[in-house]
Amino acid sequence: MDNTNTKYYYPYISPFDPCKPIVIKSYSTPPHLYMGFQPPNLPQFSTAREALFRGTLWPALYDTYPPEKAREE
Amino acid sequence: MWYYEKKLQYPVKVRECNPRLAKYLIEQYGGADGELSAALRYLNQRYTIPNKVVGLLNDIGTEEFAHLEMIATMVYKLTKDATPEQMKAAGLAADYANHDNALFYHNAAGSPWTATYIQAKGDPIADIYEDIAAEEKARATYQWIINLSDDPELNDSLKFLREREIVHSQRFREAAQILMDERDTKQYF
Amino acid sequence: MSTPKQVPQAYYDLLEQIQAIDFVLVELNLYLDTHPNDAESIQQFNQCSYESRKLKKQFEKQFGPLMHFGYSYSNYPWDWIDVPWPWQV
Repeated sequence: MDNTNTKYYYPYISPFDPCKPIVIKSYSTPPHLYMGFQPPNLPQFSTAREALFRGTLWPALYDTYPPEKAREE
Repeated sequence: MWYYEKKLQYPVKVRECNPRLAKYLIEQYGGADGELSAALRYLNQRYTIPNKVVGLLNDIGTEEFAHLEMIATMVYKLTKDATPEQMKAAGLAADYANHDNALFYHNAAGSPWTATYIQAKGDPIADIYEDIAAEEKARATYQWIINLSDDPELNDSLKFLREREIVHSQRFREAAQILMDERDTKQYF
Repeated sequence: MSTPKQVPQAYYDLLEQIQAIDFVLVELNLYLDTHPNDAESIQQFNQCSYESRKLKKQFEKQFGPLMHFGYSYSNYPWDWIDVPWPWQV
């Protein structure tokens, strides 16, 4: 489970682009993309209340949005 | 049949009267990748899908109606008691002229919901792959609405709904795997 | 005629407990739809189902029926139609 939940890329920037260029673009790659068939007995959030407010019972499927830290460069 | 339970799946809180946000949110009410499309798509596909995944389509389709009700609650609260002037300032004058503050199944650009948003191909793999794509598109829509919204309490509910798309996508991916499995399929040599 | 009475804080608190346990039930239900042989999860599902019923009984005693069509009992007069509805609170 070392996969990142956000990927980045650098679009081509033309000197004639009218809007201020976004140098780095990003998109979501949430954890379920890497899970395959969910294995049994995955750790669960400790209370029903926490599961509700996270939107899933399993931390392994939880994804934050917007991504926690935008990469700086 | 279905039973109604007098509760929302997740608490919906809205900080302020903000019809402009309602204008964006309606995308998930009557839009192509919205909750109405999702519920009707899955519940309709379940009749012609192999038995081992009928239950999943039935149950996710049912949960989608709970999400539809959450979106309706947000739209209702964001526009409740909004004056015609406030509706006009939010770009909802055309809506108001037709519906007053009533909800209607259309997308953020005002196009009415249509059955052409959904498909039932009768081919189990084609249908489940459409469902996976639908969940990812709904997840993306929630991201863009969260980006547009500055209401932290509303965003909390939207993040819940985005996470549900992830879990549903996970389950549909498992369903695709189940459909591909050789187990309990007659093998010919 | 007057504005209907607002529900007390206890309504929100108890409802949130029900929403939490019912959410775990939805998650386990979808999981079991694709993992029908996971005995431990079935046990957890049944345990949560029991707790949910207990909480709902308590809620209905204070705030009226949660379900229609015979799943909940009614007081006199018929209290299913009482406000607030979920989208109003």
